Amino acid sequence: MNVLLLSIIVLIYLFIIGYLAYIAYRRTTTATDYMLAGRNIHPYIMAISYGATFISTSAIVGFGGAAGVFGMGILWLTFLNIFMGIFVAFVFFGKRTRTMGLNLNAHTFPEFLGLRFQSRFLQGFSGLVILVAMPLYAAVVLMGGAQFIAQVLSVDYNAALFFFTIIMAIYVIMGGLKGVMYTDAFQGSVMFIGMFVLLVMTYTKLGGVVTAHSKLTAMSDIAVQIFGAKGHTGWTSFPVFGSEYWWTLVSSVVLGVGIGVLAQPQLVVRFMTVKANRELNRAVLVGGVFILMMTGVAFIVGALTNVYFFNNPNFNKIALLAADKNVDNIIPLYISNAMPHWFTALFMITLLSAAMSTLSSQFHTMGTAAGRDVYEKWLGGKGSPVLITKMGIMVTIIISLIIAWGLPFFFEGGTAIIARGTAIFFGLCAASFLPMYVGGLYSKKINKQAALWGFLSGVIVSLFCLFFIHTKESQSLLVCKALFGVDSLAAGTKWEFVDPLIVALPVSILVTIIAGFFGKQLPEEHINKCFQGIK
Amino acid sequence: MTILGLGDFNVSLVFILLILSTLLCVIYGIVRWNEDGEDAKISGKEKQWDKEEKNIEETL
Repeated sequence: MNVLLLSIIVLIYLFIIGYLAYIAYRRTTTATDYMLAGRNIHPYIMAISYGATFISTSAIVGFGGAAGVFGMGILWLTFLNIFMGIFVAFVFFGKRTRTMGLNLNAHTFPEFLGLRFQSRFLQGFSGLVILVAMPLYAAVVLMGGAQFIAQVLSVDYNAALFFFTIIMAIYVIMGGLKGVMYTDAFQGSVMFIGMFVLLVMTYTKLGGVVTAHSKLTAMSDIAVQIFGAKGHTGWTSFPVFGSEYWWTLVSSVVLGVGIGVLAQPQLVVRFMTVKANRELNRAVLVGGVFILMMTGVAFIVGALTNVYFFNNPNFNKIALLAADKNVDNIIPLYISNAMPHWFTALFMITLLSAAMSTLSSQFHTMGTAAGRDVYEKWLGGKGSPVLITKMGIMVTIIISLIIAWGLPFFFEGGTAIIARGTAIFFGLCAASFLPMYVGGLYSKKINKQAALWGFLSGVIVSLFCLFFIHTKESQSLLVCKALFGVDSLAAGTKWEFVDPLIVALPVSILVTIIAGFFGKQLPEEHINKCFQGIK
Repeated sequence: MTILGLGDFNVSLVFILLILSTLLCVIYGIVRWNEDGEDAKISGKEKQWDKEEKNIEETL
């Protein structure tokens, strides 16, 4: 890689980001009614900003790499990303969240839940769950960027990780958390161009759409030979029903992330920043196309890397083996070998954009969870929560870095670590937050007890499955081994491959419904306030 | 039944669903472009929300 070219392009990019952040800052401090400008935000800006926050290096590098292993069956996740993550999220959740959030004057997702169910404990404990679990998600976003830098510049992964985290920390501390809509939208536009070019160049390189697919289909014998025992049938077909690969693909990757997106704390708050539900209608248009171009391209290209690596005399191997069983290095290795230098530089800023836009909202969410949700509202801390918020951000950056450093030791070789880490976080969010969030938006009868017990059961069952059932994690966590002498209580059965979400979400829904029969209804006056303006 | 050189019906189906779900978003956006705009005036609630949000941003 031409380091000089890469450095120049990255510096120009960082200058533009800095300039946009400055403009946004100026605008919000000089306008007399500063936020009117904010609320006049164009639906394109809102949708791209939402999409850029949603899609990170985890989706492009991590899940793209997972596509190199599982094949194009992973595109079911893209379908859910578009249908659930955009259409259902905006149309069925966004509009009500916006109206109810304004009725309650809620500013964070935990605060929305706490005010809706009149429970400070719920707000504080939700904030705590976010504080404890979200660093894992931030860590895998850092890993995705670091993996690419390490590959492109031929430097050690840990050095790349440290360097990348420093850049991100500077961005976050220098004001990357404020007025992010415009920088997010610019970053989203860079991502769109980068991924579009990647798709076109990959298909062109492999002989066109149908030819490229046909070449990959013709490699199915190799897939069966290597992964057949786990249920693989080829990279353009779905795994054998009920096999280990089927359960991992369907329960962890597709459903875990596909459903979990509906209860992402950093995304939910975005709905409250537009001036009318009309803007959400318009944003659906842009968002759908954007997501197709993000995960759709990453997964198609990820699977097709097998054709490239297998037919390249320098490798003559499938993607996973070409990347030395490091799933997360499949996409970086492909870009640095198959693409011209100018594209590697473009992809570098694509990934910087993907990481920055997601990390800024993650640290915004973790900072407010520490300062507002836990310290100010739950523990009743007096005075300004500035110090706690800033400390929360600093500590979570450091913890995220440590997790990103440690994860490769935690999982066994050949695991799609970034995808797995993301799925754990998304699954936990779905199991703990989703039932009460949906109930809070759509039911006037759901009460505080239902929300609390559903939430706690979702958290507890998720953790139990992670520690004692789902072998991918329980094996490395060692608690099950220490207590019961086995890696998983379900060892030898299909349950050891079933994602915690598949058990925890139904339990959480059931407990929410049953607990609703007990306890007091919320005051009618409060319910009327919540649902004011909701048709 | 397969399309575009893909290996099975399942993956062929998801390619079709990707196009259809994106079209759904595009058509929904176009058809409802001007719907739900009655609350487009900035209300007192929104002003209050925005001021509070500004205060929160100061803590970051």
